[in-house]
Amino acid sequence: MDIARRNNVTETGNPDGPTVVLAHGFGCDQNMWRLTVPALVAEYRVVLFDYVGSGRSDLSAFSEDRYASLEGYAQDAVEVAETLDLRDAVFVGHSVSAMIGVLAAGMAPERFGALVMVAPSPRYIDDEGYRGGFSAQDIDELLESLESNYLGWSAAMAPVIMGNGDRPELGEELTSSFCATAPDMARVFARTTFLSDSRDALAGVAVPTLVLECTQDVIAPREVGAFVHKAIPGSTLVTLDATGHCPHLSAPEATNAAITEFLAGLR
Amino acid sequence: MTARAGSQPDPYETGDDGTSNAMFAALLEDSAEELYESAPCGYLSTLMDGTIAKINLTLLDWLGMEREAVVGRMRFTDLLTMGGKLYHETHFAPLLRMRNEISGIALEIRQADGDRRPVLVSSAVKLSGNGEPLLIRTTLFDARDRRAYEEELLRERKAAEEARREAEADRARLQDALAALQQSLLPTTLPPVPGLETAAYYRAASPDQLGGDFYDLFPVDGKSFAFFLGDVCGKGPQAAAVTSLTRYTLRAAALHDPDPVSALSTLNTVLHERYTGGDPRYCTAVFGILEPDPATGETAVRLASGGHPPALVLRADGRVDFLPTPGGVLVGILPSAPFATASTTLAPATLSCSTPTASPRPAPDRTAPPCTATRRCVPSPPPTPAGPRTPSSRP
Repeated sequence: MDIARRNNVTETGNPDGPTVVLAHGFGCDQNMWRLTVPALVAEYRVVLFDYVGSGRSDLSAFSEDRYASLEGYAQDAVEVAETLDLRDAVFVGHSVSAMIGVLAAGMAPERFGALVMVAPSPRYIDDEGYRGGFSAQDIDELLESLESNYLGWSAAMAPVIMGNGDRPELGEELTSSFCATAPDMARVFARTTFLSDSRDALAGVAVPTLVLECTQDVIAPREVGAFVHKAIPGSTLVTLDATGHCPHLSAPEATNAAITEFLAGLR
Repeated sequence: MTARAGSQPDPYETGDDGTSNAMFAALLEDSAEELYESAPCGYLSTLMDGTIAKINLTLLDWLGMEREAVVGRMRFTDLLTMGGKLYHETHFAPLLRMRNEISGIALEIRQADGDRRPVLVSSAVKLSGNGEPLLIRTTLFDARDRRAYEEELLRERKAAEEARREAEADRARLQDALAALQQSLLPTTLPPVPGLETAAYYRAASPDQLGGDFYDLFPVDGKSFAFFLGDVCGKGPQAAAVTSLTRYTLRAAALHDPDPVSALSTLNTVLHERYTGGDPRYCTAVFGILEPDPATGETAVRLASGGHPPALVLRADGRVDFLPTPGGVLVGILPSAPFATASTTLAPATLSCSTPTASPRPAPDRTAPPCTATRRCVPSPPPTPAGPRTPSSRP
C-alpha cells in the first residue's frame, strides 16, 4: 500500500534538519498548520499528513473498525514514520492528535523522540475526580451538528477532495476542501475522539514533552492541561495567551515561539 | 381590466396627491440604526477572540438577555450549546480563519429560558487596510422551521434506509427459499448409468423467480433407468407447483410402469384433473427409458414425447439426427392425449434433450450444448462420444 498517498503525506523544509511531524486534530486537515510551517522550514524537515478519512487522504482506505479506536489513528502515524524511515522525529499533535502522538510514540519508540502536545485532552467527558468539560450528551449534540453541516462535502466532491499527489493544488480548491470530510468518517472520528480515555497512557511517556494550552479553551480547559502536565513525567507546560482551541491559528506567533524554543532545546 | 387611453401612471412616481409622499417619507425614517437593532435577524460583532462587542435587539430578544450582560462579558461560543461549541472550535473557527468568511452553518443558541433556538450562522472577518483581521461580523437567522423540515427529511431518509435494508434482507431470504425450493424440483446429482456418461446443465433465468423447467434421471429396476425433461407453461410459484406435481408423478408412474407412453398418460390424467376450470396448467415433456446392455456396451433408448421439441442424437461420425416424435400433444391439456414414441441405440452416440428456454441464455461453463430444434448448434467435429463404442444403428 502506498502510505504516502493514502495519508496525503507532504514533506517540506530543510531535508538535512531534524524531522518535525505535524499532525492535525479532529475537524480539519494538515492545512491547519499553514501558519506553523513557515516558522520551521528553515531549520527542520517538516512532514505533514492527513489521517485516513480526513482532508485529502484516500477515503477508500477507511475502515470503521480500525478507526473506532485512537490506536487505529496512531497506526497511521507510525506507518507514515516507517514509510519515511523517520528516527527520533518530533511529533507535534493538535487536540486529539496529541494523544495519538503519545500512543504512536509508545508503539514505535525509535521513530518518535519528542512530543509537542497542542491543546491536548486525554479524556473529554467528565469522570469521578476528573473534569474533562463535557457530558456524553454534549458529544451527541456534536454528532448532530456534524449531521446538519456537511461543510461543502458531497459525494460528487469526494474524488476532488481525496489525495491526489499528481496534481498541483490550487488555493481555491484547498480552501473548498478544507474541513470537508465524508460525514460517515467524520462521525467515526468524532466518536473515537470524544469518547476516548487515554489518561493511563500519559505516565508511560518517556520522551521530552511540551504541553501547550490556551488561557480560554472550551475543548481543553486549563484543568486538563494541568492534568496532562502533571501526569507526564518531566513535561513542560506553556500557557499561551490565546483563546479557542486552535492557538496555531489564533495566536501563531506565540505558538511558533513556544514550539521552536522547545525544538532548539532538544538539539 | 379595461383598456385605457393615454399613458399608464408610473408606479414609482410619487403621484400628485400628497398622501403617498407622506407614506414614503415615514418609511424612510427607518434609520440604519433602527434597521440594525430590529432587523429580522440577529447581528453580532466580536473581537477576534470572540468577545462580543456589539449585538442587536433582535438577537438579545431571542436570547432573553440584557445588553449589559452580554457585551464585553460573553464570547460568541458562550451563546452556543456544548455540541455547538465543539463544532465551532473544530470546524467553524478554523474555516473562518482560513477563508475570512463562512456562511450558512447550522448551530443552536441557548436562550435564557433554557430553550434552544436553531439558527443559521454566517460570519465575515473585517480586515484592516493592511490585511490584519480586526473583528468578526456575524449574522444569525432563525432556522426553527427550516430545522424542523431538515429533521423531517433526515428522519425520512433514515426510515427509507431502514426500509431498504429490510427489503434487501427480505429479498435475500426469499432468494434462499426460492433456491431451496428450486433445488427440490431437480436432482442434486445424476446417478451413474453403466456404459453412459451423463450430464445436466440447468440455469435459472432469475434468482427471483422459480423456473418451469425440470429434468430427472433415476433407476427404475436393476437394469434400466428412466429420464425425463420438460417445461411447464409459465414461471413463478404456480409453475413451480405444477413442476413439483409433474416430477413426483412421473417418478411414481415410472416405478409403477416404466413404459414411456404409460408414464406420460398418467401425468396427463393427473394434470388434467388437478387443473380443471379457469386455470389450465400443462407442460411439454420427454420421458424415456435407458437400457444398457453390458454384453454389447450399447444402450437402447425408448422415449415418448408430449409436445416437446425432438431429442437430438449425435453419432460418432459427426452425424446429427433428430429423434422425431410427431403428433405428441401437450401433457395435461386434453382428457386423453396421444403421445409419440421413438427409439434408438446409442453405440456410441450422444443423446441430447433440452427445453426451448435453455438456449437464449448461453453460459460459458456448460458441459453440454444447449441443443433445441436446430442442428447447427451441435459442435462439429463431434466431441469424443460418450457411451458404448459400437456403430450406430437407427430404428
